[in-house]
Amino acid sequence: MKSVSLLLALGLGAAMITAGSCGGNPPPQTTPQPNTDSIAAAERARQDSIDEANRRAQEERERIRRQQEADAAAALARSSEDVRNTLAERIHFDLDKSNIRSNDMGVLDQKVAILQANPDLRIRVAGHCDERGSDEYNLALGNRRAQSAKQYLVSHGIDASRIETQSWGEERPAVDGHDESAWSQNRRDEFEVISGGDNLHRP
Amino acid sequence: MAVAVLSIVPSFHLSAQDTSAIDRGVRIGIIYRPGVRPGLVMLPRTGVGLDSVRAIIARDLDYSDRFEVITLPGGDSIRLATSSSTPTRGTGTRRSGTGTAATGGAQAGTLNYPLYQALGADFALDITAAGDTTVATLHDVAAAGIRRAVRVKLPRPGDPDFRQAVHRLADQTLLAALGTAGIAATRILFVKDGKVYQIDQDGAEQKLVSSSDRQAMSPAWASDGRRFAYMEFQAGKGWLYLQEMGSGKRTAVSTTGSALDFTPAFSPDGQTLAFSRATEEGTDLYTINVKSNCCLRRLTVGRFSDNLSPTFSPDGQRIAFVSTRPGLPQIYVMAADGTDQQLFAPFDYGVTGSSNAPEWSPDGQSVAFHRDVAGTLQVFVLDVRTRTVRQLTSVGRNEDPTWAPDSRHLAFVSDRSGYRQLWIIDLDTGRIRPLLQQSGARLPAWSPRLSEAPSTTP
Repeated sequence: MKSVSLLLALGLGAAMITAGSCGGNPPPQTTPQPNTDSIAAAERARQDSIDEANRRAQEERERIRRQQEADAAAALARSSEDVRNTLAERIHFDLDKSNIRSNDMGVLDQKVAILQANPDLRIRVAGHCDERGSDEYNLALGNRRAQSAKQYLVSHGIDASRIETQSWGEERPAVDGHDESAWSQNRRDEFEVISGGDNLHRP
Repeated sequence: MAVAVLSIVPSFHLSAQDTSAIDRGVRIGIIYRPGVRPGLVMLPRTGVGLDSVRAIIARDLDYSDRFEVITLPGGDSIRLATSSSTPTRGTGTRRSGTGTAATGGAQAGTLNYPLYQALGADFALDITAAGDTTVATLHDVAAAGIRRAVRVKLPRPGDPDFRQAVHRLADQTLLAALGTAGIAATRILFVKDGKVYQIDQDGAEQKLVSSSDRQAMSPAWASDGRRFAYMEFQAGKGWLYLQEMGSGKRTAVSTTGSALDFTPAFSPDGQTLAFSRATEEGTDLYTINVKSNCCLRRLTVGRFSDNLSPTFSPDGQRIAFVSTRPGLPQIYVMAADGTDQQLFAPFDYGVTGSSNAPEWSPDGQSVAFHRDVAGTLQVFVLDVRTRTVRQLTSVGRNEDPTWAPDSRHLAFVSDRSGYRQLWIIDLDTGRIRPLLQQSGARLPAWSPRLSEAPSTTP
């Protein structure tokens, strides 16, 4: 109803103008014409608001993109950190022994998989001993322990040039203490990244 | 009750001259013969200003374990009561001065020899000063005369060479009395907290000698006492260094840095360094010419066994070492060129524990090492000629023995006092004394006789 009456009013108005023009002597302008400045201002304002909206939308997209990137990076970092932790997991040895225990083979198998999934990764295996043996003999024993882990990795397809070894003997105990609990934790191999460990992929 | 009394008797004999009061557990294989050592009395003097010299020499002669050092109860009163003429500084100097020219009893009468003889003294030592010269006059009490007067110009107390100079004077006195060389002017290198330290054999003058912050192990003296070799952890490898005692200047042994090199040992002529190298193949023995820093040579090919811890015989012809070829580490020997490798210290398969850390005695007759006995380490000595071993220690954990140049004293690491520190044992008397009163010292290396202080040698 309302729109109909509006249309009617517009129709009447249009008829009046037509009649007037036909009259030859145009009546003085009664309707104020908007000046060009205000048109430009309005146009600017309109355009500004469009720009503003676009900008906001852009910012929002940017924010979302950054958020997604950060989320992805965090996920990757979590993944890389997980991989790094798995890689660093120690293996342990019996007293005066350097053979890999059967329950540590799974730990080494994980390292094989990580090394295969990250071809640029190079690691160092460090052999350690408890304090009970001879100080100097323990350097040889720690070397055997590091070599055992390396041989296991190499026999499972890892290039030997990607694995360095070292021995600390009993010089760097993981745990202070003079009982079997400390000793058993100190008879170990540690694994550290030499290079290629910035973004580790899951196997 | 009777049993208890009997068991006390041997330790009673020893405690008569054991200043450490911890003398248990070192009796196995040692026959202690009380009374065979000559008695020596240090003549007291007052107001002459040589108290520290007297104290150092008295302790050196005591630590030589070759004398029964007699302490005079209220020494001055005995002396004053028995000397007919008051022993002034002037007469002391005059007596010493003529003593060098005159031998054997020329100055009899200046000492109341019968009194000192009654106290059990075979020798009486008088330390006096004549101007800037210190005179050590050794009286032969039985012969009632002066055996010898040694005149030296000592550095002032506090001078870096003062104590070593006094130690050399003590050794000269011992030589004059017994005709054998002493060990007073010697030092011991050891490792503590990853650093190399030196200490005089009497426990004085402990000093840091490491010139690097990296972790060090296994110091080993050159036979001239002017330098030592040691191993240092560096970038995942073991490096060998030679260091001058005086200047502290150190040089890396060539070819090291590529592997884990450790347990260096100088040949007696100082030209060759033998050492252990750990590689993928295990650990094997090598030598290098340190004079020209060249010519790496491999002595052992262990394959499935490790070979380590070399020690030269004093003639340089043989090397004793540790090998794991029997399954456990045991003491082996070979010619210095690596040929003729054979078992050295006998052991029983499945019974004898691991044996490690051999060191050949300077007289060539013995090799000291440590062996696992019931889960702890004990010091043993191998008789090179008969190839029999005897156990020296039995209390606590005892390891890493190193010979004094007299081949009758050993320094080793022991936790018998509750913590690991360095101890010295005399194989002839069984007397044992702590060298340090602090925890953590290990891997000792006893110097040869230091004829001159390296720091004053150009």
